[in-house]
Amino acid sequence: MQDLGIKVLFMGNNFWRLLGGMWITLKISLLSVALSIILGLFLGMVMTRKNPVTRCITKIYLEFIRIMPQLVLLFLMYFGVTKAFGINLSGEVSAVLVFTLWGTAEMGDLVRGALISIPKHQYESGEALGFEKSQIYRYIIIPQTLRRLVPLAINLTTRMIKTTSLIVLIGVVEVLKIAQQIIEANRYTVPTAALWIYGTIFFLYFIVCWPISKAAGILEKRWSAM
Amino acid sequence: MRIRKLFTGVLAASLAVTALFVNTTFVSAEDNNAIYRTLDEIRESGKIVIGVFSDKNPFGYVDENGDYQGYDVYFAERLAEDLGVELEYVSTEPASRVEYLETGKVDVILANFTVTEERAEAVDFALPYMKVALGVVSPDDALITSPEDLNGKTLIVAKGTTAETYFTENYPDVELQKYDQYTEAYNALLDGRGDALSTDNTEVLAWALQNKGFSVGIESLGDLDTIAPAVSKGNETLLNWINEEIKSLADEEFFHADYKETLEPVYGTEVDIDSLVVEGGVVEENADDKETDAVEADAGV
Repeated sequence: MQDLGIKVLFMGNNFWRLLGGMWITLKISLLSVALSIILGLFLGMVMTRKNPVTRCITKIYLEFIRIMPQLVLLFLMYFGVTKAFGINLSGEVSAVLVFTLWGTAEMGDLVRGALISIPKHQYESGEALGFEKSQIYRYIIIPQTLRRLVPLAINLTTRMIKTTSLIVLIGVVEVLKIAQQIIEANRYTVPTAALWIYGTIFFLYFIVCWPISKAAGILEKRWSAM
Repeated sequence: MRIRKLFTGVLAASLAVTALFVNTTFVSAEDNNAIYRTLDEIRESGKIVIGVFSDKNPFGYVDENGDYQGYDVYFAERLAEDLGVELEYVSTEPASRVEYLETGKVDVILANFTVTEERAEAVDFALPYMKVALGVVSPDDALITSPEDLNGKTLIVAKGTTAETYFTENYPDVELQKYDQYTEAYNALLDGRGDALSTDNTEVLAWALQNKGFSVGIESLGDLDTIAPAVSKGNETLLNWINEEIKSLADEEFFHADYKETLEPVYGTEVDIDSLVVEGGVVEENADDKETDAVEADAGV
Protein backbone atom coordinates (compact mmCIF):
# COMPACT_ATOMS: atom_id res chain seq x y z
CA MET A 1 0.00 0.00 0.00
CA GLN A 2 2.77 2.38 0.92
CA ASP A 3 4.67 2.36 -2.34
CA LEU A 4 1.30 2.84 -4.03
CA GLY A 5 1.03 6.27 -2.42
CA ILE A 6 4.35 7.54 -3.67
CA LYS A 7 3.49 6.40 -7.18
CA VAL A 8 1.02 9.28 -7.42
CA LEU A 9 3.85 11.75 -7.11
CA PHE A 10 5.41 10.56 -10.35
CA MET A 11 2.22 10.01 -12.30
CA GLY A 12 2.07 12.21 -15.39
CA ASN A 13 3.33 15.69 -14.64
CA ASN A 14 2.37 15.66 -10.98
CA PHE A 15 5.82 16.41 -9.60
CA TRP A 16 6.44 19.20 -12.09
CA ARG A 17 3.05 20.64 -11.30
CA LEU A 18 3.98 20.76 -7.62
CA LEU A 19 7.24 22.50 -8.45
CA GLY A 20 5.37 24.93 -10.69
CA GLY A 21 3.00 25.63 -7.80
CA MET A 22 5.94 26.25 -5.49
CA TRP A 23 7.29 28.75 -8.01
CA ILE A 24 3.99 30.69 -7.91
CA THR A 25 4.13 30.65 -4.11
CA LEU A 26 7.72 31.87 -4.11
CA LYS A 27 7.20 34.52 -6.77
CA ILE A 28 4.32 36.12 -4.89
CA SER A 29 5.82 35.86 -1.42
CA LEU A 30 9.35 37.00 -2.26
CA LEU A 31 8.09 39.95 -4.27
CA SER A 32 5.87 40.96 -1.35
CA VAL A 33 8.68 40.43 1.15
CA ALA A 34 11.09 42.62 -0.84
CA LEU A 35 8.52 45.42 -1.12
CA SER A 36 7.56 45.04 2.54
CA ILE A 37 11.13 45.34 3.77
CA ILE A 38 11.81 48.50 1.77
CA LEU A 39 8.51 50.16 2.67
CA GLY A 40 8.66 48.81 6.23
CA LEU A 41 12.03 50.47 6.87
CA PHE A 42 10.54 53.84 5.97
CA LEU A 43 7.38 53.16 7.92
CA GLY A 44 9.39 52.18 10.99
CA MET A 45 11.35 55.44 10.88
CA VAL A 46 8.14 57.43 10.44
CA MET A 47 6.63 55.62 13.40
CA THR A 48 9.38 56.73 15.77
CA ARG A 49 8.58 60.39 15.03
CA LYS A 50 6.93 62.32 17.81
CA ASN A 51 4.52 64.05 15.41
CA PRO A 52 0.99 63.19 16.64
CA VAL A 53 -0.53 63.19 13.13
CA THR A 54 1.86 60.64 11.65
CA ARG A 55 1.69 58.63 14.86
CA CYS A 56 -2.07 58.47 14.68
CA ILE A 57 -2.17 57.53 10.99
CA THR A 58 0.50 54.87 11.22
CA LYS A 59 -1.14 53.47 14.35
CA ILE A 60 -4.51 53.16 12.61
CA TYR A 61 -2.88 51.58 9.57
CA LEU A 62 -0.98 49.07 11.68
CA GLU A 63 -3.95 48.12 13.83
CA PHE A 64 -6.28 47.86 10.86
CA ILE A 65 -3.99 45.46 9.01
CA ARG A 66 -3.31 43.48 12.17
CA ILE A 67 -6.91 43.08 13.20
CA MET A 68 -8.13 42.10 9.72
CA PRO A 69 -7.50 38.46 8.91
CA GLN A 70 -5.38 38.19 5.75
CA LEU A 71 -8.19 36.27 4.13
CA VAL A 72 -10.58 39.18 4.54
CA LEU A 73 -8.00 41.54 3.07
CA LEU A 74 -7.56 39.21 0.10
CA PHE A 75 -11.30 39.07 -0.53
CA LEU A 76 -11.57 42.85 -0.23
CA MET A 77 -8.76 43.35 -2.70
CA TYR A 78 -9.89 40.71 -5.19
CA PHE A 79 -13.69 40.96 -5.10
CA GLY A 80 -14.22 44.23 -3.22
CA VAL A 81 -12.21 46.39 -5.61
CA THR A 82 -14.08 44.98 -8.60
CA LYS A 83 -17.43 45.53 -6.94
CA ALA A 84 -16.64 49.04 -5.77
CA PHE A 85 -14.67 50.49 -8.65
CA GLY A 86 -15.03 48.00 -11.48
CA ILE A 87 -11.25 47.52 -11.47
CA ASN A 88 -10.50 43.92 -12.27
CA LEU A 89 -7.28 42.96 -10.47
CA SER A 90 -5.91 39.52 -11.21
CA GLY A 91 -5.50 37.09 -8.32
CA GLU A 92 -1.71 37.42 -8.36
CA VAL A 93 -1.73 41.22 -8.29
CA SER A 94 -4.27 41.27 -5.46
CA ALA A 95 -2.15 38.81 -3.52
CA VAL A 96 1.05 40.85 -3.89
CA LEU A 97 -0.78 44.04 -2.88
CA VAL A 98 -2.33 42.49 0.21
CA PHE A 99 0.84 40.78 1.33
CA THR A 100 2.81 43.98 0.82
CA LEU A 101 0.28 45.97 2.85
CA TRP A 102 0.45 43.39 5.62
CA GLY A 103 4.22 42.91 5.47
CA THR A 104 4.86 46.65 5.49
CA ALA A 105 2.77 47.11 8.62
CA GLU A 106 4.46 44.26 10.45
CA MET A 107 7.93 45.20 9.24
CA GLY A 108 7.35 48.83 10.16
CA ASP A 109 6.49 47.86 13.69
CA LEU A 110 9.58 45.65 13.93
CA VAL A 111 11.80 48.49 12.71
CA ARG A 112 10.18 50.87 15.18
CA GLY A 113 10.74 48.40 17.99
CA ALA A 114 14.38 47.86 17.01
CA LEU A 115 15.01 51.60 16.76
CA ILE A 116 13.59 52.50 20.17
CA SER A 117 15.31 49.53 21.80
CA ILE A 118 18.67 51.25 21.28
CA PRO A 119 19.39 52.83 24.69
CA LYS A 120 19.48 56.61 24.82
CA HIS A 121 23.06 56.61 26.10
CA GLN A 122 24.22 55.24 22.76
CA TYR A 123 23.10 58.50 21.13
CA GLU A 124 24.52 60.57 23.98
CA SER A 125 27.88 58.79 23.98
CA GLY A 126 28.08 59.39 20.26
CA GLU A 127 27.44 63.07 20.77
CA ALA A 128 29.97 63.22 23.59
CA LEU A 129 32.56 61.75 21.25
CA GLY A 130 31.80 64.51 18.79
CA PHE A 131 29.91 62.52 16.15
CA GLU A 132 27.52 64.33 13.87
CA LYS A 133 23.86 63.23 13.89
CA SER A 134 24.23 61.40 10.57
CA GLN A 135 27.41 59.74 11.80
CA ILE A 136 25.67 58.57 14.96
CA TYR A 137 23.07 56.85 12.80
CA ARG A 138 25.58 55.55 10.26
CA TYR A 139 28.11 54.08 12.72
CA ILE A 140 26.23 53.48 15.96
CA ILE A 141 22.47 53.18 15.67
CA ILE A 142 21.85 51.53 12.28
CA PRO A 143 24.34 48.66 12.71
CA GLN A 144 22.84 47.78 16.08
CA THR A 145 19.30 48.12 14.76
CA LEU A 146 19.99 45.84 11.80
CA ARG A 147 21.47 43.23 14.07
CA ARG A 148 18.36 43.23 16.21
CA LEU A 149 16.13 43.30 13.15
CA VAL A 150 17.47 40.30 11.26
CA PRO A 151 15.92 37.48 13.31
CA LEU A 152 12.58 39.29 13.44
CA ALA A 153 12.56 40.03 9.72
CA ILE A 154 13.41 36.41 8.88
CA ASN A 155 10.60 35.26 11.08
CA LEU A 156 8.23 37.56 9.18
CA THR A 157 9.57 36.40 5.81
CA THR A 158 9.00 32.71 6.47
CA ARG A 159 5.60 33.52 7.95
CA MET A 160 4.66 35.36 4.77
CA ILE A 161 5.83 32.50 2.57
CA LYS A 162 3.64 30.11 4.50
CA THR A 163 0.62 32.40 4.61
CA THR A 164 0.50 32.52 0.81
CA SER A 165 -1.39 29.22 1.06
CA LEU A 166 -4.46 31.44 1.53
CA ILE A 167 -4.31 32.88 -1.98
CA VAL A 168 -5.94 29.80 -3.40
CA LEU A 169 -9.21 31.30 -2.16
CA ILE A 170 -8.90 34.08 -4.71
CA GLY A 171 -8.29 31.62 -7.51
CA VAL A 172 -4.48 31.57 -7.58
CA VAL A 173 -3.48 27.94 -7.93
CA GLU A 174 -0.33 27.62 -5.82
CA VAL A 175 1.51 24.64 -4.41
CA LEU A 176 -0.99 23.67 -1.72
CA LYS A 177 -3.91 23.78 -4.12
CA ILE A 178 -2.08 21.62 -6.62
CA ALA A 179 -1.42 19.16 -3.80
CA GLN A 180 -5.12 19.04 -3.00
CA GLN A 181 -5.94 18.61 -6.67
CA ILE A 182 -3.56 15.66 -6.94
CA ILE A 183 -4.90 14.05 -3.77
CA GLU A 184 -8.51 14.53 -4.85
CA ALA A 185 -7.92 13.28 -8.40
CA ASN A 186 -6.66 10.02 -6.89
CA ARG A 187 -9.14 9.93 -4.03
CA TYR A 188 -10.79 6.70 -5.18
CA THR A 189 -7.82 4.91 -6.70
CA VAL A 190 -4.97 5.80 -4.31
CA PRO A 191 -6.39 6.92 -0.95
CA THR A 192 -2.93 6.85 0.65
CA ALA A 193 -1.59 9.57 -1.66
CA ALA A 194 -2.28 12.36 0.87
CA LEU A 195 0.59 11.43 3.18
CA TRP A 196 3.11 11.39 0.36
CA ILE A 197 1.92 14.55 -1.29
CA TYR A 198 1.83 16.52 1.96
CA GLY A 199 5.24 15.06 2.80
CA THR A 200 6.56 16.46 -0.46
CA ILE A 201 5.00 19.83 0.29
CA PHE A 202 6.66 19.85 3.69
CA PHE A 203 9.96 19.19 2.00
CA LEU A 204 9.40 21.92 -0.61
CA TYR A 205 8.55 24.53 2.03
CA PHE A 206 11.53 23.36 4.05
CA ILE A 207 14.06 23.74 1.24
CA VAL A 208 12.74 27.24 0.62
CA CYS A 209 12.61 28.46 4.22
CA TRP A 210 15.68 26.69 5.59
CA PRO A 211 18.31 28.56 3.51
CA ILE A 212 16.68 31.83 4.55
CA SER A 213 17.00 30.96 8.26
CA LYS A 214 20.51 29.66 7.66
CA ALA A 215 21.60 32.84 5.90
CA ALA A 216 20.18 34.88 8.74
CA GLY A 217 22.13 32.78 11.23
CA ILE A 218 25.36 33.38 9.34
CA LEU A 219 24.67 37.12 9.20
CA GLU A 220 23.95 37.29 12.92
CA LYS A 221 27.13 35.42 13.74
CA ARG A 222 29.28 37.57 11.51
CA TRP A 223 27.86 40.78 12.87
CA SER A 224 28.13 39.78 16.50
CA ALA A 225 31.81 39.01 15.90
CA MET A 226 32.38 42.56 14.70
CA MET B 1 11.43 64.97 5.53
CA ARG B 2 10.30 64.80 1.94
CA ILE B 3 10.26 61.03 2.12
CA ARG B 4 8.25 61.15 5.27
CA LYS B 5 5.65 63.38 3.70
CA LEU B 6 5.47 61.25 0.61
CA PHE B 7 5.12 58.17 2.69
CA THR B 8 2.42 59.51 4.95
CA GLY B 9 0.64 60.57 1.77
CA VAL B 10 0.80 57.06 0.39
CA LEU B 11 -0.33 55.67 3.68
CA ALA B 12 -3.23 58.02 4.01
CA ALA B 13 -4.28 57.28 0.46
CA SER B 14 -4.16 53.53 0.94
CA LEU B 15 -6.05 53.87 4.19
CA ALA B 16 -8.74 55.91 2.53
CA VAL B 17 -8.98 53.41 -0.31
CA THR B 18 -9.21 50.48 2.08
CA ALA B 19 -11.88 52.25 4.06
CA LEU B 20 -13.81 52.73 0.83
CA PHE B 21 -13.71 49.00 0.06
CA VAL B 22 -15.11 48.22 3.44
CA ASN B 23 -17.99 50.61 2.97
CA THR B 24 -18.78 49.69 -0.57
CA THR B 25 -18.71 45.92 -0.30
CA PHE B 26 -21.69 46.07 1.98
CA VAL B 27 -23.81 48.32 -0.19
CA SER B 28 -22.69 47.39 -3.67
CA ALA B 29 -25.17 44.58 -4.21
CA GLU B 30 -27.81 46.85 -5.71
CA ASP B 31 -25.77 49.06 -7.97
CA ASN B 32 -23.48 46.74 -9.91
CA ASN B 33 -24.99 46.86 -13.36
CA ALA B 34 -23.34 45.37 -16.41
CA ILE B 35 -20.53 43.71 -14.56
CA TYR B 36 -21.22 40.62 -16.63
CA ARG B 37 -20.55 39.90 -20.30
CA THR B 38 -23.51 39.24 -22.58
CA LEU B 39 -23.66 36.30 -24.97
CA ASP B 40 -22.56 38.51 -27.87
CA GLU B 41 -19.63 39.91 -25.92
CA ILE B 42 -18.46 36.41 -25.07
CA ARG B 43 -18.76 35.35 -28.72
CA GLU B 44 -16.85 38.42 -29.87
CA SER B 45 -14.04 37.88 -27.38
CA GLY B 46 -13.77 34.27 -28.55
CA LYS B 47 -13.43 32.98 -25.01
CA ILE B 48 -15.77 31.95 -22.23
CA VAL B 49 -14.59 31.89 -18.62
CA ILE B 50 -16.10 29.10 -16.54
CA GLY B 51 -15.57 28.61 -12.83
CA VAL B 52 -15.25 24.96 -11.81
CA PHE B 53 -13.94 23.00 -8.86
CA SER B 54 -10.41 21.73 -9.24
CA ASP B 55 -10.43 19.34 -6.28
CA LYS B 56 -13.86 17.75 -6.20
CA ASN B 57 -13.49 14.39 -7.85
CA PRO B 58 -15.58 13.29 -9.75
CA PHE B 59 -17.38 16.62 -10.46
CA GLY B 60 -14.47 18.90 -11.18
CA TYR B 61 -10.84 17.98 -10.67
CA VAL B 62 -7.45 18.13 -12.35
CA ASP B 63 -5.79 14.97 -13.62
CA GLU B 64 -2.10 14.10 -13.51
CA ASN B 65 -1.45 15.96 -16.77
CA GLY B 66 -2.89 19.16 -15.37
CA ASP B 67 -6.13 18.89 -17.39
CA TYR B 68 -9.55 19.58 -15.91
CA GLN B 69 -11.87 16.54 -15.74
CA GLY B 70 -15.21 15.57 -14.27
CA TYR B 71 -18.98 15.72 -14.67
CA ASP B 72 -19.15 19.54 -14.58
CA VAL B 73 -16.11 19.92 -16.81
CA TYR B 74 -17.54 17.54 -19.42
CA PHE B 75 -20.55 19.86 -19.67
CA ALA B 76 -18.41 23.01 -19.65
CA GLU B 77 -16.49 21.72 -22.64
CA ARG B 78 -19.66 21.07 -24.54
CA LEU B 79 -20.96 24.57 -23.78
CA ALA B 80 -17.79 26.16 -25.14
CA GLU B 81 -17.81 23.91 -28.19
CA ASP B 82 -21.40 24.71 -29.11
CA LEU B 83 -20.80 28.40 -28.48
CA GLY B 84 -17.79 28.19 -30.77
CA VAL B 85 -15.40 29.81 -28.32
CA GLU B 86 -12.32 28.84 -26.38
CA LEU B 87 -12.67 27.81 -22.77
CA GLU B 88 -10.78 29.21 -19.81
CA TYR B 89 -11.19 27.55 -16.43
CA VAL B 90 -11.03 29.33 -13.11
CA SER B 91 -10.53 27.19 -10.03
CA THR B 92 -13.19 28.16 -7.49
CA GLU B 93 -13.88 27.26 -3.88
CA PRO B 94 -17.32 26.51 -2.45
CA ALA B 95 -17.38 29.75 -0.46
CA SER B 96 -16.41 32.07 -3.32
CA ARG B 97 -18.70 30.83 -6.12
CA VAL B 98 -21.28 33.55 -5.63
CA GLU B 99 -18.60 36.26 -5.42
CA TYR B 100 -17.12 35.22 -8.75
CA LEU B 101 -20.45 35.80 -10.46
CA GLU B 102 -21.22 39.00 -8.56
CA THR B 103 -17.96 40.51 -9.76
CA GLY B 104 -18.19 39.10 -13.27
CA LYS B 105 -14.80 37.42 -12.92
CA VAL B 106 -16.32 34.34 -14.52
CA ASP B 107 -19.17 34.05 -17.04
CA VAL B 108 -20.61 30.80 -15.74
CA ILE B 109 -20.21 28.75 -12.57
CA LEU B 110 -20.37 25.02 -13.15
CA ALA B 111 -19.18 23.80 -9.78
CA ASN B 112 -21.66 21.34 -8.32
CA PHE B 113 -23.74 24.39 -7.44
CA THR B 114 -26.85 23.42 -5.47
CA VAL B 115 -29.85 25.65 -6.16
CA THR B 116 -31.04 27.40 -3.00
CA GLU B 117 -33.38 30.34 -2.52
CA GLU B 118 -30.69 32.35 -0.80
CA ARG B 119 -28.24 31.91 -3.68
CA ALA B 120 -30.94 32.59 -6.26
CA GLU B 121 -31.17 36.12 -4.87
CA ALA B 122 -27.55 36.78 -5.77
CA VAL B 123 -27.14 34.81 -9.01
CA ASP B 124 -29.34 33.46 -11.81
CA PHE B 125 -29.60 29.69 -12.02
CA ALA B 126 -30.18 27.97 -15.36
CA LEU B 127 -32.05 24.68 -15.71
CA PRO B 128 -30.71 21.87 -13.51
CA TYR B 129 -28.53 19.08 -14.87
CA MET B 130 -28.28 16.96 -11.76
CA LYS B 131 -30.15 16.27 -8.54
CA VAL B 132 -29.02 15.20 -5.11
CA ALA B 133 -30.83 13.91 -2.07
CA LEU B 134 -29.84 12.00 1.03
CA GLY B 135 -28.61 8.43 0.89
CA VAL B 136 -28.28 5.86 3.64
CA VAL B 137 -25.47 3.31 3.67
CA SER B 138 -25.46 0.26 5.92
CA PRO B 139 -23.77 -3.16 6.23
CA ASP B 140 -24.95 -5.78 3.73
CA ASP B 141 -25.95 -8.22 6.46
CA ALA B 142 -28.34 -5.71 8.05
CA LEU B 143 -29.24 -3.52 5.12
CA ILE B 144 -31.50 -0.57 5.86
CA THR B 145 -33.83 -0.09 2.90
CA SER B 146 -36.40 2.36 4.24
CA PRO B 147 -36.20 5.11 6.83
CA GLU B 148 -38.78 3.29 8.98
CA ASP B 149 -36.25 0.45 9.39
CA LEU B 150 -34.16 2.88 11.38
CA ASN B 151 -36.68 3.45 14.19
CA GLY B 152 -35.01 2.53 17.46
CA LYS B 153 -31.67 2.11 15.74
CA THR B 154 -28.60 4.29 15.65
CA LEU B 155 -27.90 6.42 12.60
CA ILE B 156 -24.51 8.09 12.12
CA VAL B 157 -24.54 11.61 10.71
CA ALA B 158 -22.08 14.47 10.37
CA LYS B 159 -22.93 17.59 12.37
CA GLY B 160 -24.53 20.46 10.49
CA THR B 161 -25.51 18.42 7.44
CA THR B 162 -28.92 18.17 5.82
CA ALA B 163 -29.05 14.56 7.02
CA GLU B 164 -28.97 15.69 10.65
CA THR B 165 -31.80 18.20 10.15
CA TYR B 166 -33.89 15.86 8.05
CA PHE B 167 -33.87 12.96 10.50
CA THR B 168 -34.35 15.17 13.55
CA GLU B 169 -37.45 16.69 11.97
CA ASN B 170 -39.00 13.70 10.26
CA TYR B 171 -37.90 10.61 12.17
CA PRO B 172 -37.56 11.54 15.84
CA ASP B 173 -37.46 7.85 16.84
CA VAL B 174 -34.15 7.37 15.08
CA GLU B 175 -31.26 7.74 17.45
CA LEU B 176 -28.59 9.99 15.94
CA GLN B 177 -24.87 9.63 16.57
CA LYS B 178 -23.15 12.84 15.50
CA TYR B 179 -19.58 13.42 14.41
CA ASP B 180 -17.67 16.55 13.48
CA GLN B 181 -15.93 15.12 10.46
CA TYR B 182 -16.92 12.80 7.67
CA THR B 183 -13.89 10.62 8.21
CA GLU B 184 -14.82 10.03 11.85
CA ALA B 185 -18.39 9.27 10.86
CA TYR B 186 -17.36 6.70 8.26
CA ASN B 187 -14.93 5.12 10.71
CA ALA B 188 -17.75 4.83 13.23
CA LEU B 189 -19.80 2.90 10.68
CA LEU B 190 -16.84 0.66 9.89
CA ASP B 191 -16.40 -0.08 13.61
CA GLY B 192 -20.07 -0.91 13.99
CA ARG B 193 -20.80 1.94 16.38
CA GLY B 194 -24.04 2.61 14.50
CA ASP B 195 -26.45 0.74 12.25
CA ALA B 196 -26.26 3.04 9.25
CA LEU B 197 -24.86 6.36 8.02
CA SER B 198 -26.59 9.11 6.11
CA THR B 199 -25.27 12.02 4.05
CA ASP B 200 -25.54 13.21 0.40
CA ASN B 201 -26.37 10.25 -1.81
CA THR B 202 -23.45 10.94 -4.14
CA GLU B 203 -21.05 10.66 -1.20
CA VAL B 204 -22.44 7.43 0.25
CA LEU B 205 -22.64 5.82 -3.19
CA ALA B 206 -18.98 6.49 -3.83
CA TRP B 207 -18.04 5.34 -0.34
CA ALA B 208 -20.01 2.09 -0.52
CA LEU B 209 -18.23 1.18 -3.71
CA GLN B 210 -14.87 1.49 -1.98
CA ASN B 211 -15.89 -0.44 1.10
CA LYS B 212 -16.85 -4.06 0.61
CA GLY B 213 -19.68 -5.35 2.75
CA PHE B 214 -21.57 -2.05 2.71
CA SER B 215 -24.36 -0.99 0.36
CA VAL B 216 -26.58 1.99 -0.14
CA GLY B 217 -30.02 0.70 0.81
CA ILE B 218 -31.73 4.07 0.39
CA GLU B 219 -30.46 5.97 -2.63
CA SER B 220 -32.73 8.98 -2.56
CA LEU B 221 -34.44 10.41 0.48
CA GLY B 222 -35.59 13.76 1.76
CA ASP B 223 -35.80 17.04 -0.08
CA LEU B 224 -34.53 16.82 -3.60
CA ASP B 225 -31.93 19.45 -4.33
CA THR B 226 -30.97 20.30 -7.86
CA ILE B 227 -27.62 21.31 -9.26
CA ALA B 228 -27.54 23.88 -12.03
CA PRO B 229 -25.22 26.21 -13.92
CA ALA B 230 -25.33 29.79 -12.68
CA VAL B 231 -24.65 33.14 -14.34
CA SER B 232 -24.39 36.69 -13.00
CA LYS B 233 -27.70 38.17 -11.89
CA GLY B 234 -29.46 39.67 -14.88
CA ASN B 235 -27.32 38.12 -17.61
CA GLU B 236 -30.38 37.06 -19.58
CA THR B 237 -28.82 36.46 -22.98
CA LEU B 238 -26.35 33.96 -21.59
CA LEU B 239 -28.92 32.38 -19.26
CA ASN B 240 -31.40 31.84 -22.10
CA TRP B 241 -28.74 30.37 -24.32
CA ILE B 242 -27.66 27.88 -21.64
CA ASN B 243 -31.29 26.92 -20.99
CA GLU B 244 -31.89 26.29 -24.69
CA GLU B 245 -28.66 24.31 -24.85
CA ILE B 246 -29.71 22.10 -21.92
CA LYS B 247 -33.10 21.49 -23.53
CA SER B 248 -31.62 20.57 -26.87
CA LEU B 249 -29.03 18.28 -25.30
CA ALA B 250 -31.86 16.11 -23.93
CA ASP B 251 -32.39 14.60 -27.41
CA GLU B 252 -29.01 12.96 -27.35
CA GLU B 253 -29.23 12.13 -23.62
CA PHE B 254 -26.07 14.16 -23.15
CA PHE B 255 -26.01 13.98 -19.36
CA HIS B 256 -26.41 10.20 -19.43
CA ALA B 257 -23.30 10.08 -21.59
CA ASP B 258 -21.62 12.53 -19.23
CA TYR B 259 -22.54 10.30 -16.28
CA LYS B 260 -21.18 7.19 -17.99
CA GLU B 261 -17.94 8.97 -18.80
CA THR B 262 -17.25 10.64 -15.46
CA LEU B 263 -19.43 9.36 -12.61
CA GLU B 264 -19.91 5.69 -13.43
CA PRO B 265 -16.26 4.78 -12.75
CA VAL B 266 -16.79 6.13 -9.23
CA TYR B 267 -20.37 5.11 -8.44
CA GLY B 268 -20.37 1.80 -10.29
CA THR B 269 -23.03 0.37 -12.57
CA GLU B 270 -25.46 -0.62 -9.79
CA VAL B 271 -26.69 2.93 -9.32
CA ASP B 272 -29.83 4.05 -11.12
CA ILE B 273 -28.59 6.86 -13.37
CA ASP B 274 -31.96 8.62 -13.32
CA SER B 275 -31.74 9.08 -9.56
CA LEU B 276 -28.88 11.54 -10.15
CA VAL B 277 -29.01 12.85 -13.69
CA VAL B 278 -31.48 15.42 -15.00
CA GLU B 279 -32.06 15.65 -18.77
CA GLY B 280 -33.46 18.75 -20.44
CA GLY B 281 -33.83 20.49 -17.11
CA VAL B 282 -36.94 18.45 -16.23
CA VAL B 283 -36.92 17.16 -12.66
CA GLU B 284 -39.54 14.48 -12.02
CA GLU B 285 -40.55 15.16 -8.45
CA ASN B 286 -42.05 11.74 -7.78
CA ALA B 287 -39.16 9.93 -9.39
CA ASP B 288 -37.47 9.35 -6.09
CA ASP B 289 -40.44 7.48 -4.62
CA LYS B 290 -40.39 5.11 -7.54
CA GLU B 291 -36.70 4.56 -7.11
CA THR B 292 -36.94 3.88 -3.41
CA ASP B 293 -39.56 1.25 -4.20
CA ALA B 294 -37.39 -0.26 -6.88
CA VAL B 295 -34.44 -0.44 -4.56
CA GLU B 296 -36.58 -2.03 -1.86
CA ALA B 297 -37.71 -4.68 -4.29
CA ASP B 298 -34.12 -5.39 -5.29
CA ALA B 299 -32.86 -5.40 -1.76
CA GLY B 300 -33.55 -9.07 -1.20
CA VAL B 301 -31.13 -10.04 -3.96
